[in-house]
Amino acid sequence: MSNNFNPSIVGFFCNWCTYLAADLAGTSRMKYAPNVRVVRTMCSGRVDPQMILWAFRHGADGVLIGGCHPGDCHYQEGNYKALRRSKLLRKMLPQFGIEPERLRLEWISASEGERLRDVVNEFTAEIRHLGPLHKKQAAPQMAVAA
Amino acid sequence: MKGNGNHNARIGVYVCHCGTNIAGKVDVNALAEYAGKLPGVIVSREYKYMCSDPGQELIVKDVKDLKLNRVVVASCSPHLHELTFRKTTANAGQNPYLFHMVNLREHVSWVSEDPIAATEKSKALVKAAVLRAVWHEELEPRRFPVNPNVLIVGGGIAGIHAALTLASAGKQVYLVEREPSIGGHMAQFDKTFPTLDCAACILTPKMTAVKQSSNIHLYSLSEVSEVSGFVGNFKVKVKKYPRYIDEAKCVGCGECIEECVYKEGKYPNEFDLGLGKRKPIYMSFPQAVPSIPLIDSATCIEFKSHKCPKGCVEKCGDRNAIDFTQKVEEVELEVGTIIMATGFKTFDPRRLPQYGYGKFPNVYTSLEIERLVNASGPTLGQVILRDGRRPESIGILHCIGSRDENTNKYCSRVCCMYSLKLAHLLKEKTGAHLYNFYIDMRTPGKGFEEFYKRVLDEGVSFIRGKVAEVSGWAQSPAEEGKMILRVEDTLLGIIRRIPVDMVVLSTGLEPQADQQEVRRLFNLGCSAEGWFLERHPKLAPVDTFTDGIFLAGCNQGPKDIPDTVAQAGAAAAQCMAHIDKGFVEMEPNTAWIDEELCSGCHVCIGMCPYSAIHFDTEKKVAVLNEALCKGCGSCVAACPSGSAQQNLFRDEQLFAEVEGVLV
Repeated sequence: MSNNFNPSIVGFFCNWCTYLAADLAGTSRMKYAPNVRVVRTMCSGRVDPQMILWAFRHGADGVLIGGCHPGDCHYQEGNYKALRRSKLLRKMLPQFGIEPERLRLEWISASEGERLRDVVNEFTAEIRHLGPLHKKQAAPQMAVAA
Repeated sequence: MKGNGNHNARIGVYVCHCGTNIAGKVDVNALAEYAGKLPGVIVSREYKYMCSDPGQELIVKDVKDLKLNRVVVASCSPHLHELTFRKTTANAGQNPYLFHMVNLREHVSWVSEDPIAATEKSKALVKAAVLRAVWHEELEPRRFPVNPNVLIVGGGIAGIHAALTLASAGKQVYLVEREPSIGGHMAQFDKTFPTLDCAACILTPKMTAVKQSSNIHLYSLSEVSEVSGFVGNFKVKVKKYPRYIDEAKCVGCGECIEECVYKEGKYPNEFDLGLGKRKPIYMSFPQAVPSIPLIDSATCIEFKSHKCPKGCVEKCGDRNAIDFTQKVEEVELEVGTIIMATGFKTFDPRRLPQYGYGKFPNVYTSLEIERLVNASGPTLGQVILRDGRRPESIGILHCIGSRDENTNKYCSRVCCMYSLKLAHLLKEKTGAHLYNFYIDMRTPGKGFEEFYKRVLDEGVSFIRGKVAEVSGWAQSPAEEGKMILRVEDTLLGIIRRIPVDMVVLSTGLEPQADQQEVRRLFNLGCSAEGWFLERHPKLAPVDTFTDGIFLAGCNQGPKDIPDTVAQAGAAAAQCMAHIDKGFVEMEPNTAWIDEELCSGCHVCIGMCPYSAIHFDTEKKVAVLNEALCKGCGSCVAACPSGSAQQNLFRDEQLFAEVEGVLV
């Protein structure tokens, strides 16, 4: 596995917790891996499994969903829906030839900037270890990210 | 499918330097050049500060001159300036929801080390926004009327001040307090720093004003049990616990207390922190509001045995105010805005056994000392130790449960000043020798430093060092019968042993024990330390992330009385802004269902946490009530046919955005 591999990761962050944690990491000037590109949704419960598969199909090496901690959802229980869907999808991913580890769901609250940094760094390292999802496209991806 | 302008999108992209905040890391020129080549982009510019007037005028001019119908601004977090730029595009005559924002500052430049990687990431995010903006459509914000009534949770000085402010403006206020009386912690204090105003003298007139105001509806011994609805239209359930005395009939004469079968107080008085005793029927303190006694069912003989002669009932006579059959009542209130003024609790020093609280009888907390020096306190203001002696030497230990890696890392802000105040009061009352043990003296405030100087001049000793241990192990005759404080005097650089008769622990402030449950009840956020989270630490310090709910006082972090009162006034002003405007505009991010595509599978119905979707049995399709929808999008993610969609977060928009970030 090449160490030069720069994974492309899509982050679906909920508006009220994880997106704000990323804002906090920013205002606190924490440095972390530049690989996660954030798509904001109002709630992690809005993340449609099709969107995740769409991301993998269009070149994502990993998908990170960020929601509020259990019991803290701005919409009462959207994060539980995200949990159920991601568990089911992780079971299905191997049938598409995708390692389930490429999909991760994390609870990161608005005050957890440090945790956001750590999760992004750790997940990026894990995906780097797993290598590119699309072997054929690996080269152009590296060119872009370099 | 609801409109799509993707064939004739004319997009303008604006990259903000934010001084050097973005431009210092991201190559803004390369980014603007890249954006200019994206499909549908008519114009692409970079500018030093997009949010400045000239920056906004740049957008307005382009929209008009170049007939743009989409605007993308790549600058900071949408939580900061999305509204700003929506207004800009609206000023240019464009529907504000055709705008989209890219977060380059918080999510890229401030968190990236490598400028090349930062620029590549920025390109991906800008491309995503351009692809997404194509699918944006014209929307109108939803408007709802604002109920002019206000709920205030907590009747300490914050809640009282906010309630009086709103009441004086003619607004109806429901003030909910869980204790038998309003007043909060401030009612327990003796004097207030640095002016030494008597706390009761400045607080009780305000408490009385609450009682006298016809605009304030006070619910004491009550707790909020349920909150639903949204800004302008909250529905709240309040549980009112039984006082066993009818508030409408009682005149507060207090003769029932005299007639209780207990001739003396027998049970620890909560208000005096157990230093004094009360009867089962009692008033928590003389100035209590409402000035109505209550019966503690756990200690009242009538409740325990039903064999009490009930002197209280007899004395009350025709008024017949005592009612042993009272039950928990539930009241439903409708309000438009809510102020959280739920206060704090003091740190429990039992968590730090080295200070001997609970082991040595003459170790007190600072709040206990407030009661002890208070003229209406359990000793009528006499500072007498638990063994009846008068203290000759007193040690005040700062930072107990503050600035401590093992408990709370934060500074509680008020302890230095109240320790100085207590030093002054104890010295005045006892003539004892006073020692203050501090890490750093923190006295930033109007008249604070001057007060410190005054206490220094009064001859109070200050030892810079954190006491390691309070022990009873005497090593010399002078130490016999005393508590010995072992401390490193960091200014002298030696270890000292200081014998004292009385120890005062200056305990820090902590979030309430049920802060987390209350947070969930009201759908608020908490900081890492557990305080309620404000919307912005500087620019929205009393707002929360739930519109229409505001913060006042120490539930947001430790603060002194002037700051608390100022914040309470600010929270009241925020409520009035909503009330006087008369309506709220809500983000039009609601879901909708395309009847043509809906197969009537029912999946979305169970998904909705607000019961906003029902099944039309005639048409055999799901129908969504927009007024109830809060825009989470759970139904959209679950819909197998794609007939459920969410404004601002439509499938097409999100799928395009995902494609875009994966350049």
